[in-house]
Amino acid sequence: MSAVEVDGVWKFYGDYPALKNIRLEAAPGSCLALIGRNGAGKTTLLRIIAGFNRPGKGQVRIFGKEPRETETRSSIGFIGHGISVYDELSALENLKLFGALYNLPDPHRSAMEWLERTGLARVATGLVREFSRGMRQRLAVARAFLHEPRVLLLDEPFTALDDKAIAVLQRLLREALEQGKTIVMSTHQLREALELASHVAMLNRGQVAFHGPCTPEMVSDPGYVYARYGEG
Amino acid sequence: MRNKILYALGAIALLILIRDILGIAQLPDEKYQGAIFKIIFFHVPVAITALTASAVALVASVLFLVTKNFFFDALAVAVTEVGLAFLAANLITGSIWGRVIWGVWWAWDARLTSALVCWLLYAGYLMLRHAIEEPTQRATFAAVFSIFAFIDVPIVIFSIKWWRTQHPQPVFWGGGSFPKDWMPFFLWNMLAMILIGTIFTITRLRQEESQRELDYLRRLAHSM
Amino acid sequence: MGFFRQALVIAVKDLRAELRTKEAINSSFAFALVILLLFSFAFDSFEETTQQMAGGLLWIVFAFAGTLILNRSFARELPNDCLDALIAAPISGAALFLGKAVANFILVMAVELISLPVFGIFSNVHWTRQFPELLLVLVLGSWGMTVIGTIFSALTVNIRLREVMLPMLTYPILIPPLMGAMQLTSGLVAGTPIAPDTVVWLKVLVGFDVVYTAVSLFLVETVLVG
Repeated sequence: MSAVEVDGVWKFYGDYPALKNIRLEAAPGSCLALIGRNGAGKTTLLRIIAGFNRPGKGQVRIFGKEPRETETRSSIGFIGHGISVYDELSALENLKLFGALYNLPDPHRSAMEWLERTGLARVATGLVREFSRGMRQRLAVARAFLHEPRVLLLDEPFTALDDKAIAVLQRLLREALEQGKTIVMSTHQLREALELASHVAMLNRGQVAFHGPCTPEMVSDPGYVYARYGEG
Repeated sequence: MRNKILYALGAIALLILIRDILGIAQLPDEKYQGAIFKIIFFHVPVAITALTASAVALVASVLFLVTKNFFFDALAVAVTEVGLAFLAANLITGSIWGRVIWGVWWAWDARLTSALVCWLLYAGYLMLRHAIEEPTQRATFAAVFSIFAFIDVPIVIFSIKWWRTQHPQPVFWGGGSFPKDWMPFFLWNMLAMILIGTIFTITRLRQEESQRELDYLRRLAHSM
Repeated sequence: MGFFRQALVIAVKDLRAELRTKEAINSSFAFALVILLLFSFAFDSFEETTQQMAGGLLWIVFAFAGTLILNRSFARELPNDCLDALIAAPISGAALFLGKAVANFILVMAVELISLPVFGIFSNVHWTRQFPELLLVLVLGSWGMTVIGTIFSALTVNIRLREVMLPMLTYPILIPPLMGAMQLTSGLVAGTPIAPDTVVWLKVLVGFDVVYTAVSLFLVETVLVG
């Protein structure tokens, strides 16, 4: 069974198809990099996979189940464009909140553990609105990983990260892959993504223009995929 | 072909109305209220058509949420706009009647007040649609709002009626009963109003579907 | 975790965040006081007609001040895209809605219970007679207002002119319960007990609350996810 299966997904805005007949798969333990120009539909697709929006036609299956099922939601970790943590709460309060929502047996312990792993243990009781940008981004990562999701869905995760945050994220993603987790990540930052990716899919104007394993050529020359399979 | 049917229905409605107006003009004046009483031949059918419109809008909204078929969204907006127009006619005819009989342009009569509140509900629905650009989101949110709004219609009518029985004030059409031989005019007018409402709805429906196609073409053009 | 425990987690989170910033509740209090003051200038508190209007005036204050709190309800989830995280979490839309509604209800009741004595002082209205019944009316009316305000906050959170749309959409729908609450309140502060002909308003309030709580719980997932 695939970890993530996108089966004939279409997304309409009114009558206009933003996504056309998307067929993609990610095997368990693989890392799929979703690339494409702005407006190609990467974010739209990722949000449908995560269950934020329903497709107009077609289906998404995560380990064979619908993304919105309660069990499935517990096994998905999502990082979008925003950090999705509350400014008025402390780092610890934020993680304990999500720990409680994800039914973790000991939210406090899990929260402290992930604060350590993202280097935020010192500022656990600090309010998020006082954090620097890099700290906020690392907290976002902690939030996404907190409940040990089997599938990580990341929307341009390396964009606007500082070096420390990039290093933390890359380390955590590598560890996740070693643990057999599955990652689907959309990206502009080809190099950081392609270093981790086992597979690549390229979207062009709402359609899949390429879907296959990540080759050494792609890693050494990220523009290669665009040149070969993209348009203009 | 469809156009011809619409024109035919329109002609029928117009003929019914003309015949009724001529007939009603020849009826004797009502004992207490005089000639203005005859406004009831239009005031009430218009109100009933408007309320029918809200029921259809409710059903269309539910059907849209269930089937995601945009036809039902187009139907909901068409029928609500028509309902809005008919309710406005209801308010205006009621107001004219009040001015002639009571000397005031408005009195807090139960039915007129209910019509005003329902008018606000329909207007809210249309305002909400204007505030949302994206068609699927607009249709979904409008459908949800219309479920809330149109479930409220009976509650509003009941509440306002009760409010008015507690604070009695001049009541429209108070006293006297409706002469039996005037009923046919009333019923024919009812039919004419429903026909007119249907024609407007269908026309608006078609316009909405053209708009959707335009929208699609525009997005297609922008994506190139 | 049970449905109610999840709703509680959300309610606690909203209350904690609000009490830390106090944005909504301060502006709501201030607004309520200002309107009460304006009413005192507009209407002579010793006139009998003003006493009869007391219920109406009070609920206008509650409705306007309440909107400031209800508007924040889902709007507070927008910065940092927190709403995404809540939708992604294994919490049902209904539990999310209920938690927010309960938090809003507590905040709205707080504003009302403080406005009441102020109103009593400014307008010389004896709100302490029949206080238990008055409290019942406050609770029923405020819950109806909160439920509609919360679900419409979810509906309008991402659209243009949100602050204007929310009152425009909620007030017409709230006319029946507001009307009932006003009638009952005017009677109660004037010293008239709830009689058979006014008990109907209690039924309207209860009916409205039950129907719209159910409809909201049912439709909130559609509003959040589509």
